Amino acid sequence: MRDRGVIYTGLLTFLALMTFPVWHDLAAKTTSRGPEPVMPTREKLCVAPLSYMRTSHMNMLMDWRDAVVRHDVHSFKAYNGKTYNMSLTGTCLTGCHTNKAEFCDRCHNYAGVSVYCWDCHVDPKMAGRSAK
Amino acid sequence: MFMIEKAVVGSRRYWTWVLCLCGVVGVGFLCYLRQLHYGLGITGMSRNVTWGLYIGQFTFLVGVAASAVMVVLPYYLHNHKEFTRMTILGEFLAISAVTMCMLFIFVDMGQPWRIMNVLLYPTPRSMMFWDMVSLSGYLVLNAVIALITLDAERKGIAPARWIKPVILLSIPWAISIHTVTAFLYSGLPGRSFWLTAILAPRFLASAFASGPALLILLCMLLRKLTGYEVGTKAIRSLAVIVTYAMIINVFFLLMELFTSFYSQIPALTEHFQNLYTGLHGEPAPMLVWGRISLALMAIALLLLLAPATRKNEGMLAAACAVTFIGLWVDKGICLVVSGFMPSPLGVMTSYKPTLPEVLISLGVWAIGALMITIFYKITLSVREAAEASTEECVATPITALK
Amino acid sequence: MKISRKRFLQIGGLTLCAVACKTAVGELLDIGEGNSPSAPGAAPATRWAMVVDTAKCFKKDGCTDCIRACNKAHNVPAINDANHEVKWIWKESFENALPSQANPYGGEKFRDKPVMVLCNHCDKPPCVRVCPTQATWKREDGIVMMDWHRCIGCRYCVAACPYGSRSFNWVDPRPYIAELNPSFPTRTKGVVEKCNFCEERLVNGQLPACVAACPEKALVFGNVADPKSDVRQILESRFTLRRKPELGTQPNVFYLV
Repeated sequence: MRDRGVIYTGLLTFLALMTFPVWHDLAAKTTSRGPEPVMPTREKLCVAPLSYMRTSHMNMLMDWRDAVVRHDVHSFKAYNGKTYNMSLTGTCLTGCHTNKAEFCDRCHNYAGVSVYCWDCHVDPKMAGRSAK
Repeated sequence: MFMIEKAVVGSRRYWTWVLCLCGVVGVGFLCYLRQLHYGLGITGMSRNVTWGLYIGQFTFLVGVAASAVMVVLPYYLHNHKEFTRMTILGEFLAISAVTMCMLFIFVDMGQPWRIMNVLLYPTPRSMMFWDMVSLSGYLVLNAVIALITLDAERKGIAPARWIKPVILLSIPWAISIHTVTAFLYSGLPGRSFWLTAILAPRFLASAFASGPALLILLCMLLRKLTGYEVGTKAIRSLAVIVTYAMIINVFFLLMELFTSFYSQIPALTEHFQNLYTGLHGEPAPMLVWGRISLALMAIALLLLLAPATRKNEGMLAAACAVTFIGLWVDKGICLVVSGFMPSPLGVMTSYKPTLPEVLISLGVWAIGALMITIFYKITLSVREAAEASTEECVATPITALK
Repeated sequence: MKISRKRFLQIGGLTLCAVACKTAVGELLDIGEGNSPSAPGAAPATRWAMVVDTAKCFKKDGCTDCIRACNKAHNVPAINDANHEVKWIWKESFENALPSQANPYGGEKFRDKPVMVLCNHCDKPPCVRVCPTQATWKREDGIVMMDWHRCIGCRYCVAACPYGSRSFNWVDPRPYIAELNPSFPTRTKGVVEKCNFCEERLVNGQLPACVAACPEKALVFGNVADPKSDVRQILESRFTLRRKPELGTQPNVFYLV
């Protein structure tokens, strides 16, 4: 094999690039860690069962969005019988998940999901401050 | 089946042209990325002039796309054999123009990733919905027609018989795309410049002058570059069509001017004063462009009317160029922007496109030019191969369709 | 009856087209205003409307309380560039706001005084007619509503509005908001916005922010379909003007001059 050097170098580079996520995370010690969102302390029960929220909270938020914006319906009867006002900032972030950075962002960043909700919906922590 | 392999084999000149176009597209694309990041504020549009260069180009190019009917109708409905070698060139021009239209709409949108909303939530009362339907349908129609007929030609057989009704459908469809585009404007109660029944006829007349003018120029260019001959009769025939369309277009404009200036209603006159006569001491932002378009249309008409100049190919080329540019200024620049002057609150806001806006527009035009280049390269290669392999006239497969 | 497959398909296709045409024609003829289907001719239970008393408004020179209240309540950005500005309620000169009523002999009394202009929440809104995604529609209670999640930013509604009430977000508005109000979202670049008659406050039984903020009580808001409401009483007892009535949009903002 005449071009042994070139071929082996190429193969090694390729392997290094392909396995980059593995050894990078090992070195940064992030592999074994999951997203670790901080659970709310004020309320014990969520507006929907935990398993549902884990898989489908985005669908629920879309339903809330359409109900409030397009049908002028504002109150939501949860599975536990309680009634909630359907509002991302007013209910979700004010009543329970008061720290967006420690809850919402943790999983979203981990999963590489970029949601555009925050382009418009205001994090209560930013109230009163200049938007700059 | 798509004969793409014919487009990747070409002379040095061909590849230089293609790569230059790719460069222009690349620059336009980079500017578009900047626009996506910053917002449409990067353009010269404003709260009062909310549609500018992009929508103006879209409006003009819908006309060019529709104008393919001026070749298809005489050839397929009236057996005008002179257009035999030209018809498919017109169809490919239509495909490229429609694609450019859709791209111009896309780059003008504030939230382009939501474009599927127009199909997910169909709204038949909105003319923009019908515009999307008709443009998409026209693109598919022409793509199918061009593909089937060219493929059949390549194989030296007649195209399948079902293509005939599809071709016939494309004729009223072509009229409809430009009528629907005119309806975008002519039903708005607050925009008196556009609120006129003659807008759709004006659109069609200027389309049928500018589109065929471009096609004539392209055919002359093809002959010069490759020796592909559509035939003097075809060019002269199409030139007559351009002339009549130009006469009707100017006539319609004069009708508009009469109604506005004789009635003296300010909502009507102020737009034409802004464009042509001046606003009595007030700044008239469109005056220069309006007068340029008038001058070019007048020159074009004079050149086209005289049979001597029309029959001389050099003069005809000049006439077609002046026609195309004049109507481009009239529709691509003057028409859309003037509708916003004055604003609903009576303010004359001027509009000047910014550099990124112009570069994005050039990028879209370059995509259209690239598509035409590739389509014409494929067509010419197929025809040359067909001519080389058979001694019969290359037009036989299509005429066998009748 | 023996029928060939080709013939069967032809008949089936034609039937499908006929059904589709009927639906399309039905929709086209019902070029209504995006109302949910109600019995034709039935009077609405709620029709929100506003009366602007220009004489009371003139009393306080240079006052911008309603504008500031609205901007604060809705995170309306303060963009200094007039080309990119976003405004929900603002002042216009008399001849710009009510051009069909202005005359050259109007006199100093009217010429320099400002008139508050905002979205008229028309009964026959052209903006609703043209929106290709139904991102704007007319609610049962009369409010012409915006859904900023659906808007594609085509600005057709801006072209259609005869009053210049709508603003497009040419740039990201967030840097231009001095104080973020968490009880209402901001918008993002690329969507169109306008006055929403404070529908989020109406839900809680509150008056619109501008109405509540006016020190001279120049803005009167109410249900014009209710014969006992303030707005209805004013409209029945005094002469009022509307902007560009000849266009047939039936605006719901009335002006006392």
